[in-house]
Amino acid sequence: MKNWMKGTLLASGLALGFAGAASASELTIVSWGGAYTKSQVKAYHEPYTAMTGTKIKSEDYSGGLAEVKAQVEAGNVSWDLVDVELSDAIRGCDEGILETIDHSILPAAPDGTPASEDFIEGTLHECAVGLIVWSTVYAYDTTKFSGDQPSTIGDFFDTAKFPGKRGLRKGPKPNLEFALIADGVAAADVYDVLATPEGVDRAFAKLDTIKDSAIWWEAGAQPPQMLADGEVVMSTAYNGRIFNAVATENKPFEIVWDGQVWDLDLWVIPKGAPNKDEAMKFAAFSSDTQRLADQASWISYGPVRKSSTALIGKHAEAGIDMAPHMPTAPENFGNALQNDFEFWADHQDELNERFNAWLAQ
Amino acid sequence: MSDAVAGKDGDFSIADGQNLKQRLRKATSRARWQAVFMVAPLGVFVLLTFILPIAQMLFRSVDDPVVSDALPQTVVALESWTDRSELPEEAVYAALAADLKFLRAGGADGEGKSLIGRLATRLNFDTSGVRSTITKTARKVKKIEAPFKEAFIKADKKWGQPDIWASIDRLGGAVNSTQFLAALDLRQDVNGDIVSQPEVRQIYVTLWLRTLWISLLVTVICVALAYPVSYLLATLPLRISNLLIICVLLPFWTSLLVRTTSWIVVLGQNGVLLEALHLIGLVGEGADRPQLIYNMTGTIVAMTHILLPFMVLPLYSVMKGISPSYMRAARSLGANPTLAFVRVYLPQTVPGLGAGCILVFILAIGYYITPALVGGQDGQLISNFIAYHMQRSLNWGLAAALGTMLLAGVMALYWLYDKIVGINNMKLG
Repeated sequence: MKNWMKGTLLASGLALGFAGAASASELTIVSWGGAYTKSQVKAYHEPYTAMTGTKIKSEDYSGGLAEVKAQVEAGNVSWDLVDVELSDAIRGCDEGILETIDHSILPAAPDGTPASEDFIEGTLHECAVGLIVWSTVYAYDTTKFSGDQPSTIGDFFDTAKFPGKRGLRKGPKPNLEFALIADGVAAADVYDVLATPEGVDRAFAKLDTIKDSAIWWEAGAQPPQMLADGEVVMSTAYNGRIFNAVATENKPFEIVWDGQVWDLDLWVIPKGAPNKDEAMKFAAFSSDTQRLADQASWISYGPVRKSSTALIGKHAEAGIDMAPHMPTAPENFGNALQNDFEFWADHQDELNERFNAWLAQ
Repeated sequence: MSDAVAGKDGDFSIADGQNLKQRLRKATSRARWQAVFMVAPLGVFVLLTFILPIAQMLFRSVDDPVVSDALPQTVVALESWTDRSELPEEAVYAALAADLKFLRAGGADGEGKSLIGRLATRLNFDTSGVRSTITKTARKVKKIEAPFKEAFIKADKKWGQPDIWASIDRLGGAVNSTQFLAALDLRQDVNGDIVSQPEVRQIYVTLWLRTLWISLLVTVICVALAYPVSYLLATLPLRISNLLIICVLLPFWTSLLVRTTSWIVVLGQNGVLLEALHLIGLVGEGADRPQLIYNMTGTIVAMTHILLPFMVLPLYSVMKGISPSYMRAARSLGANPTLAFVRVYLPQTVPGLGAGCILVFILAIGYYITPALVGGQDGQLISNFIAYHMQRSLNWGLAAALGTMLLAGVMALYWLYDKIVGINNMKLG
């Protein structure tokens, strides 16, 4: 029965004309689009093409493993390399839809430190190579508040002191973490509290206080747009998107780093990718010290190699010093929380359901 | 008859072994085969790209072989587990250890490790939090030895609770109905009885009702708006009505996305509408303004606008064919305008009305992009959750169950429509 199903998927995939296998010297690289993809094209793709002559086709997607899973199950993989979040990298690896990556192909740091030590702990995985640290923060429109400006995660939930609509990601992650930190839970204890039913109730109770003021976003490009349109006065957002709106479009937004929840983006290779070997080479090239530092001059996401940090310079277009805008900069990293993959892998289905039910109430 | 023709005609006769009927059959059968041959590409195309993928997707709602593939011995051993207040006996734990060890060593086809991942994901959809129980235990399973019961509970305390065992037992059948129960906010408890989901997790019944309600509402609003417009179009002189028809068709030809996003511009907090109302002093600033988009209102307005042409066009084409003399006759026979409309005009428009309603309703019930863009939190429909389970949670089984129920619902309504109005009574334009 399973073979029959695979067969029909395969046949229909062929009939629908999925993009056929790319030629040998072409790579299809999939990422999140917008300013982020641009930073990768500038820092990785263009130098790689100049060096090897390999053409690179850049595609956008909106995250998740659905497309990778569909391609692998249909036996018709057209993507060579995909930029994913940590939780998807580990889940995809567990389900066997990603190629394992040999870490010995990764180049050492310029001073000879082997890659396995140069990468920040937890950024190399069986099937994935880390690239950047990004963070969910909240940002506000400085023109909307005349007196005090918001400065803590608690202020985000304080609609009496800072009235106005709030933009939040439509999903439990990382709103529940924000809610608990704002409610007084120490960042280090957040996931312990959230693992108990009382903790989940507490987080939802805190979210209840701003539910009437909440506007929900789904794509990373939405929060800066909503802030610019005056649809919201403050919004949670990916730090790089806000930085770009400020740096390149001169928007009056300010990031509040207190209570930031950080996560990783990594390269993965779908099982059966048409140009697997070339993709491995590209993954190694793009995650070397210089390339990761170069990317940081296009967008404010922190490189995962320790050796890259010293090489971070100014923004390539706006000429702003990039280092203070990284999520990992010491003055930003005080009350920071790493998104706990294991917790979310275990509880995301239940919490998503509960979040959706809560939304619909 | 054929004999007579054959007799007159010298070219062929019954004597050459073929009678006319046979030759005719042969000739028409060739034509028939030619016809079949010519539509075959289309048939194969529809089969491969439409019928098979849909059937295969729907089948996923009940086809659920992961647990029985991954843990065959455990599933069999669990049959002896009758007293659900107690933990299963030692033999079940031993069977689980054997299954997991076999999978860690590669399984039947060398894909054992990835099967463990899929098993963990599947069980986690059913019982939240057991994903890491499976993956962690599987990593340590080499060291697990008799007595297995204690060893497993030491590896992860969830093995000491009946929930995970009930979950394995429930999903042990390669074909099961858990996804359909989940699609109705129901689940089986440890004893196998069907109970409601906890209240904080109930969502789908609300969504089904909301989808039905919004679809009905949009259909009714479309009728109310389209009927006078169609009447106007059908009765105006051709020169003017052609111009107006283009006004109906122009948005119809415009991309759905463009139309939906233009509503965001019109209805937004600082959008065209509220700014205009602000200028004439009807609404205030900031928080005083009513929320018109990113909620159910936004969904209803945008969907009505997008689906309106599907109501106007069938109504117009039917009204165009109604001679004005019927109404004049009714009036001259003494009916007042209302009576003449109700008794004479309205019944003649029923085919167009029926076609428009069924088109709008069926399109509305499966609507996806518009609610996703302008629906906010309370304007989401069931299709948004099908997409969510396809793209985000990867719970394709539940997506398939929701999709199957939606398809069955649409078919049931279609059947009902056929019984009440009659499909032959429908005029699409």
